[in-house]
Amino acid sequence: MTSPLPPMPPPAQAPGALAELTQETLALTRRLFLQLIRRPSTLVAGVLQPLIWLILFGALFANAPEGLLPGGMSYGRFLGAGVIVFTAFSAALNAGLPVMFDREFGFLNRLLVAPLRSRSSIVLSSVIYITALSLVQSLAIMMTASLLGYGWPGAAGLVLVMVTLLLLVFAVTALSLGLAFALPGHIELIAVIFVANLPLLFASTALAPLSFMPPWLGWLAALNPLTFAIEPIRAAYSGPLDLSAVLLEAPYGNLTGETCLLILLVLTIGLFLLIRPLLNRKLS
Amino acid sequence: MAMIELRQLSKAYGAVTALSNLDLSVPEACLYGLLGPNGAGKTTTLRILATLLAPDSGSVVVDGVDALQHPREVRRLLGYVAQEVAIDKILSGRELLQLQGDLYHLKRSDRDHRIDDLIDRLGMEAWIDRRCGTYSGGMRRRLDLAAGLLHRPRLLVLDEPTVGLDIESRSAIWQLLNQLVEAGTSVLLSSHYLEEIEVLADRMAIIDAGMVIAEGTPADLKQRLGGDRVTLRVREFSDAQEAARVRSVLEPIEGVREVVINRAQGFSLNLVIEGESVIGRLRDSLEGAGLPVFALAQSRPSLDDVYLQATGRTLMDAELAIAGQRDLKQEKRQSMR
Repeated sequence: MTSPLPPMPPPAQAPGALAELTQETLALTRRLFLQLIRRPSTLVAGVLQPLIWLILFGALFANAPEGLLPGGMSYGRFLGAGVIVFTAFSAALNAGLPVMFDREFGFLNRLLVAPLRSRSSIVLSSVIYITALSLVQSLAIMMTASLLGYGWPGAAGLVLVMVTLLLLVFAVTALSLGLAFALPGHIELIAVIFVANLPLLFASTALAPLSFMPPWLGWLAALNPLTFAIEPIRAAYSGPLDLSAVLLEAPYGNLTGETCLLILLVLTIGLFLLIRPLLNRKLS
Repeated sequence: MAMIELRQLSKAYGAVTALSNLDLSVPEACLYGLLGPNGAGKTTTLRILATLLAPDSGSVVVDGVDALQHPREVRRLLGYVAQEVAIDKILSGRELLQLQGDLYHLKRSDRDHRIDDLIDRLGMEAWIDRRCGTYSGGMRRRLDLAAGLLHRPRLLVLDEPTVGLDIESRSAIWQLLNQLVEAGTSVLLSSHYLEEIEVLADRMAIIDAGMVIAEGTPADLKQRLGGDRVTLRVREFSDAQEAARVRSVLEPIEGVREVVINRAQGFSLNLVIEGESVIGRLRDSLEGAGLPVFALAQSRPSLDDVYLQATGRTLMDAELAIAGQRDLKQEKRQSMR
């Protein structure tokens, strides 16, 4: 017979708040990655889809007349930036799905019964996971694009690409996590993701420059957050880095690279502030 | 000091009252059973204890800590095994336990040592490294019990721990619960199995319609009811007429408290009797009336009788009555954040 199993009070010398927060966040993040590794279809699909865009669209407009695009860029090179952003965007848009499944299947209750130092670790682990995932997918697309001859940004350009993608991913992750707590189930969440995905791509400068669009679409594209991420990345691909140069001639005025990044930053902070009361309520 | 003190606990879901001024006091190092039909408020009570749900009013004190003021402290000292086992199908059982250990901030070496110990105790070696999605109900429940015990809580709260389980898993769980209580852990479990409460519980409360309607040790509750239960037949299968004649013979006998004709059991007669010599008098009277006894069984009152006395219906009837009214979708929504 085994020995008895006496209750044990938690140690009086409890580890510090930061150590506890780190431990629980890492454990939750590890779980998400284990899920990804054992069910890699999301990862594969997340790379395949933009890859198909890149190859098919690239081929479709390969014979576009020279000089049609601003700066005499080839269409493949023009499209590259759009597809990179679209990849990160689609990946981040799915951030809420694991959380939604945990809500629905009661796993979240298991987390809420535990003496978590802060329940933000649940949100934080999702942000870490989806950020890493979308950056890996974007990098895969960037490498493929470079193999297809669509170029590679320089060192400074690469930093700009990463910073831009990070800002966009944070913003979209916040939005998706907010939806995951606001909507009643995963069917609704998937529906929203499905509906939001393509229109946001088409109503941006991913596939065509503003000058090709009818005024109303130009307005939409010039307000679309994806555009603010696409233009700096396109600039990073197209030559020496100058953030103060005008990247977008929007109907409401000219936007420099700095302005684009600033808008993304404000959007990210705004969205996190917006979903905070919701998360507090749902996780309290 | 009591391990759990619930005072005047009330909770409503919209128009449906789940708890109405429920009082409950669970002593330390005791296995305490909550008996009641589905929908009586057992799960709501346990979810409030586990800090998953806030009551509309009332107070919750666990081990001297106010659970509504200091939920994190209560989470630390309490292990909760929910009714619907939420596990991650993609993880192995061991990985789930590792996650659980990290959520309770155990040191890594300590964590892995305790996991091995629990794997051993609950007989999980053979399958703990397989993915949870492949587990049977009994395996899941054992894993969930291990998860609830990993941080060695002073109080273990289990919601219907053995419902739908195979005999082997059930007895493994019963054995472990007994060991835990012996070693000083307090255990609160809900059940709608009479035998489970009968076998396990040191003390118990019967909950019905969100209130405690009887409380004590199982033996006390049965004793308080008094009298012995007798089932009697004058023929293997009687008819209504004969049963009525038997009843008319039995009712005037001194010491016979109650005579009920049980149609469901071939018109046998269920009696409550008081005193030693009643059985003899009963046999003689029936003999005299030309209705000799064919079969007679005598027993002490059971918990089912206690339940019947307290609520006016048997536990099974209560279950059946509630089964039709339950809105499972609504219940799922309540448990979802």
